[in-house]
Amino acid sequence: MSAPPAMDSGPPHAASVVARSQESPTIFTLKLRLDDAAAQAAYRFAPGQFNMLYLYGVGEVPISIMTDPEARDGIGHTIRAVGRVTRGLAALQPGDRVGLRGPFGRGWPLQEMGGRDVVLVTGGLGCAPAVSVIHYVLRRRERFGKLVIIQGVKHADDLIWREQYDRWAKLPDTQVLVAADEGAALWPWHVGRVTELFDLARFNPARAVAMMCGPEGMMRVTAEHLLARGLPESSLYLSMERNMQCAVGRCGHCQFGGAFVCRDGPVFNWGEAKTLLAHRGF
Amino acid sequence: MFSSQPNHARFLPLAQLHTLVAKLMQLAYQCLGPAVENGAIVMRELDAPDGLPRGLQAEQSPGRYRLTRDPLNRYFAWANGPQAIKPQAFAPKESLWRVERDDAGALQFAAVEAVAPAQAIIGVRACDLAALALQDAHFLSAGRRDAHYAKRRELLFLVAVQCAEPGATCFCASTGDGPTPTAGYDLALAELAEGFVAVAGSAKGGAVLDALNLSPATPQQIDAARQQGQAAAAAQTRSLPGRNLREALMSRLEHPRWDEVAARCLACGNCTAVCPTCFCHAEADEPALDGQSSRHERVWDSCFGESHGYLHGFNVRSDIRSRYRQWFTHKLATWHDQFGRSGCVGCGRCIAWCPVGIDLTEEVAALTAGVQP
Repeated sequence: MSAPPAMDSGPPHAASVVARSQESPTIFTLKLRLDDAAAQAAYRFAPGQFNMLYLYGVGEVPISIMTDPEARDGIGHTIRAVGRVTRGLAALQPGDRVGLRGPFGRGWPLQEMGGRDVVLVTGGLGCAPAVSVIHYVLRRRERFGKLVIIQGVKHADDLIWREQYDRWAKLPDTQVLVAADEGAALWPWHVGRVTELFDLARFNPARAVAMMCGPEGMMRVTAEHLLARGLPESSLYLSMERNMQCAVGRCGHCQFGGAFVCRDGPVFNWGEAKTLLAHRGF
Repeated sequence: MFSSQPNHARFLPLAQLHTLVAKLMQLAYQCLGPAVENGAIVMRELDAPDGLPRGLQAEQSPGRYRLTRDPLNRYFAWANGPQAIKPQAFAPKESLWRVERDDAGALQFAAVEAVAPAQAIIGVRACDLAALALQDAHFLSAGRRDAHYAKRRELLFLVAVQCAEPGATCFCASTGDGPTPTAGYDLALAELAEGFVAVAGSAKGGAVLDALNLSPATPQQIDAARQQGQAAAAAQTRSLPGRNLREALMSRLEHPRWDEVAARCLACGNCTAVCPTCFCHAEADEPALDGQSSRHERVWDSCFGESHGYLHGFNVRSDIRSRYRQWFTHKLATWHDQFGRSGCVGCGRCIAWCPVGIDLTEEVAALTAGVQP
C-alpha cells in the first residue's frame, strides 16, 4: 500500500477552479489549484486518495482525485451533482473559489502493481477513483503487464469519457470491456450485465492485481468471479465509500467494523472488507 | 485508589469537604459538582465551597431515573447522572474553523482556537474515568491529536468518588471499570460516615491534598473504604457475560434478535447522547447573515440518526435494525479492534435513559445465549 502522506485536519486551503467540464447532464469535473503557490507546489497525492472540497457557507464533501499525481494542470475531481454541496459545486466556473483539505486515506497498491497485469472493474461513477490509476499505468506503461478495464453502467447515457474508452481500447496490451444494462442508439459496447463480460477478460490471474470500485453488490459479484478464476485474495482491492465529515478518522460516520474508511481506506484489500460486505447495513 | 504505599491516604472530615472545594476555587478552577436539574443529577458550577448537595440518591431502572432521599444523608450516594465528564472535554458543539469571503470572492480560512476554562469536576465516577481514557485514546492518539479536545482535557482537574450505592442499571464491576476508581483521577475520595478517605492520583492532586494539611487515614478507615467498594461491586445486579464479546457478536450479525430489538428501538439517539464513550460528531457550516463569513462547527451526532449513514442519495443504514446493530457491535465488538478493549464501561446510562427501557445487558444476553465467554 502506498504510505499516506501527513493528514491535514486543520482548516481547508483556499483553492480556485482552473477548469470545468461537463461530463454528462449531472456529472462534471473541476480542476482546482491551491491559491497559495507554496502549498500547491508541495501538494502530493497517490491515486485512490481523496480530498474534502468545501463550498463556501454550505459544507464539505469527500471527492476522489482523478488526475495523475504528476499532472500540473490542476487537481481533478469528477463529481455527480446529487446533494446540497455537490449541486452548488456544479454551478462553479473557472475563477470561482472553494476550500480544499487533503489528500486523505490510503490509495491503490501502486508498489504491488509493478510488473503485473492490472485489472480494473468499475461501476457507475466508480470509474472516477479508478481513472487516476488508469492514467497512472498508461503514463508508465512499460512498468506493467496487461491492462484490463471493465466498466459497467446502468444506462448507456451514464458512460462518461466515452472517447477515452475508445482511445484506451486501441492501445497495445490494453483491453476495454464496457457494458450497459440498457443500451442506446449507436452504443458500440455490450448490452447486459457487466458480469457477462468477465469471461472475455484476458489476464493471468496468478500475476494480476485487480481493483474494484462501484456499487457494493457489483463488487461482491466481481470478487466472486475473479477469485474463482484463480486470482489470490491478496491481489484483490476495492475502494469503499461511506459518509465522511472529518476525513481524519475522528467523526465516526465512515466506520466499517473497526475500520475508519477515510483513514484506513478508502482502498482496502478484499480480505479486510469481505466479511462485513456480506451483510447489508455496515 | 488503595495502594500499599504508607501514608498515601489522608482523611478529610465531612465538615471540611468545603476546604477542598475552596482550595480548588483558590487555584482558579471553575468547580463543577452535582446539582439537581429537571429531576436529575447534572454537573454545574458551584457558586460556593459549601454548595455540594447532600442526601440524594438516584433510583435507576430501564427507562427510569428518579431522585430519592438518602437516609444516611451522604454527599455522593447518587450513582450517576446523564452526563459527567464527556461534555467538558468533548464539547457538544464548538467551532473548528471559520472562513471569510471578500468582495472579490477570495476565501480566507482560519482555525478557531478552543476557549476553555480550567475546570475541576467533583464527583466523577470510576466508569466516567474509564470512559475518559477511551475518549483520550480516540482524540489524543499519536498523529491525530485533536487540538480542541486536547486543550479542554489538559485543563481538567478530576475529583473522583468511589460509588457506594450503585444504581440498579450499573454493571461496572463486570466491565472491570468500577466501582472504586483506580486510575485517571487527580484526587479520589471514598465517603465514610464521618468523612472521606482521600488519595492523590497525580502531582497536581498531591499538591492540593498536601495543602489541606490532613491527617493520614487510619488503616481501619482505609479498610472500611475498601470493603465499601467490594460491597458496591457485589450489589450490582447486571453484568456482561465477558470482557471481550467480539467474536460472539460478529458471528451473529443476522441473529433474529436484531429485528426484535429494532421493533422496540425508537432510534432517538438518547443512548448515544448519554454514553460517555460515544465520539461521533457531525460537521456543519453556519454562515453569517451578512454573507461575509461562515463558521465550521462540530456537534455531537448519533449513529441512530438518519443522516449518519447518508451517502450521495441513499442511506447505508436506512432501517433501525442496522443502526442499532452498528452502535451495538461498535461499542461491544469492533471497539476492540480500535482501542484494544470494549467501548462499554458499565455505567448503565443507556439503559436508564432509553425511553423504551432497552437494556443493553439483556440484549447482550439474548444475542450471545449459548456462547462460552
